[in-house]
Amino acid sequence: MNNILTVAITEFKRMFNSPFAWSVLAILQFILAMMFLTRVDEFVASYQQQIATVENSPGATFFIVSPIYLWAGIIMLAVMPILTMRSFAEERMNQTLTLLRSSPLSSAQIVLGKYLGILLFVTLFVAMLGLMPLAISLGTEIDWGMVATSSLGLFLLLASFAAAGIFLSSLTSQPVIAAVSSFGLLMFLVVLYLSGSSQSNSSELFIYLSHFSHFETFVRGVIDTSDVLYYLLFIVGFLVLTVRKLDNDRLLG
Amino acid sequence: MSNTALNTSVLIQATALNRYYGDYQAVSDFNLTLNKGEILGLLGPNGAGKSTTIQMLTGNISPSSGEVFINGISLIEQPESAKSTIGYLPEQPPVYRDMTVSEYLIYCAALRSISKPQRKNMLAEASERCGLQDVHNKLIGNLSKGFQQRVGIAQAILHKPKVVILDEPTVGLDPIQINQIRQLIRELGEDHAVILSTHILPEVQAVCDRVQIINRGETVFSDSFDKLADRQSTSEVIVSFANDVDVSLLNELSGVEKVEALTSQPNQSRYQISYQGNNDTADIFQLAVKQDWNLLELSPQTETLEQIFMNLIHSESASKLESELNQESAAKKPEARDE
Repeated sequence: MNNILTVAITEFKRMFNSPFAWSVLAILQFILAMMFLTRVDEFVASYQQQIATVENSPGATFFIVSPIYLWAGIIMLAVMPILTMRSFAEERMNQTLTLLRSSPLSSAQIVLGKYLGILLFVTLFVAMLGLMPLAISLGTEIDWGMVATSSLGLFLLLASFAAAGIFLSSLTSQPVIAAVSSFGLLMFLVVLYLSGSSQSNSSELFIYLSHFSHFETFVRGVIDTSDVLYYLLFIVGFLVLTVRKLDNDRLLG
Repeated sequence: MSNTALNTSVLIQATALNRYYGDYQAVSDFNLTLNKGEILGLLGPNGAGKSTTIQMLTGNISPSSGEVFINGISLIEQPESAKSTIGYLPEQPPVYRDMTVSEYLIYCAALRSISKPQRKNMLAEASERCGLQDVHNKLIGNLSKGFQQRVGIAQAILHKPKVVILDEPTVGLDPIQINQIRQLIRELGEDHAVILSTHILPEVQAVCDRVQIINRGETVFSDSFDKLADRQSTSEVIVSFANDVDVSLLNELSGVEKVEALTSQPNQSRYQISYQGNNDTADIFQLAVKQDWNLLELSPQTETLEQIFMNLIHSESASKLESELNQESAAKKPEARDE
């Protein structure tokens, strides 16, 4: 356990050794803040008057905060592969993976360490996103329960992106290939969602398989255990595959 | 741990290691026993299977068959505890370019479960041994190749492992550093077991107690270095004289097999003298003085690693030729096995 934490914390720190993590966080925060601002403007200009007269209407959280969490998930489709490509592909390319491989760590400890490192980054990102509803809570009443479920949902969604990305990163020694293939896989799941929910031939199965359908319930303020389970299975599945891949490298590589 | 109680001094024991990449056999029947206080030089031409062997001994890849015991612990059954007693420097130092030297070494210490208060001491000791005191707070990526190599060595000896395995440790170092590192390896050899893989013959001569030579995955020689020198069938001396000489007198010296003229300029004559077995150059010197030939040069030809390989491989294959031919034709192995 100590070893896992050592790897995780060092991985997390290393992201901030280069301008990489700083620029990713800064750009994400800037873009999401701009979107947030647009939503706030829109809300003040039009929705506010409309819902003022409606009994039991959805409030500012529904109109402003939820869409930001959805957008954050969509943007991370492109960003997460860049974060995860480093974990194994880049180490292989720089031939630094030998350090971890010859240290007294099992493959599972290496994978979990690296994965936890990325989860720390994800946590930081979700926390920074939480600053936005906090900012407007000065002027209006925020449904904190909904913010909490959205944060949890976003965290699980990004954790599933990371697990898939780490697996694809373990398959190759080319970071770019790792990033492109992770992006491809994540987009494929989005395509499943789009095709599953198309009007002509909708498919329950396709919708179930895509991770965004499970994210939506969280953003609506609902925690459904089946959705939580979906993400956990997704994460565990890809992490087990990654561990197997590393073990296989010893046998075949 | 029961094995360690029986024979405490055996630190590495590898028996019948085989490794296949698909159909290609990279290492075949590799055996090694290394005691505490021994330094083994692992030699071989490119693609001989040195790196594969070293990777198997450090647990980076698994052998297709065979067993490795590090300090009595099976590397295959208990890889984690066996690995904690190994320090390994791969061909390419596994350093993170975006970390500073001290950050990196502290991380390495933590990976090997060194307790926090001890890490600083170990960092100080290892960086002193490898001459890294002045670059502690520099990014590894900004260091020269030689310094990166030193960081790699520091990483391997940091946790005072019982077994130190170094894959070409002096690549990219300046002569002074090479000397320091050789000194360091000799020091390590006193209370550790050290395996050194290298292409540089003088390095093996300088530090190693034993040599193991691998060719095409097979061990062709495994003994002390003196024995290796004894096995050479011929040795050569180049001599040149200012005056004309009588070649037949040179031919009559004891042990001389062949005298070959290299240049035939009017005022200088240069010869290559081939000896059977080890030579005694004093004979030539005395002869030159007696005959007043004015000896200008007398340089024993040190054999290059390639020549030693060629000799060894030649003598090995001569004895094995027949059986090998039979095997190869039976197995219909591909002929081109350069790598």
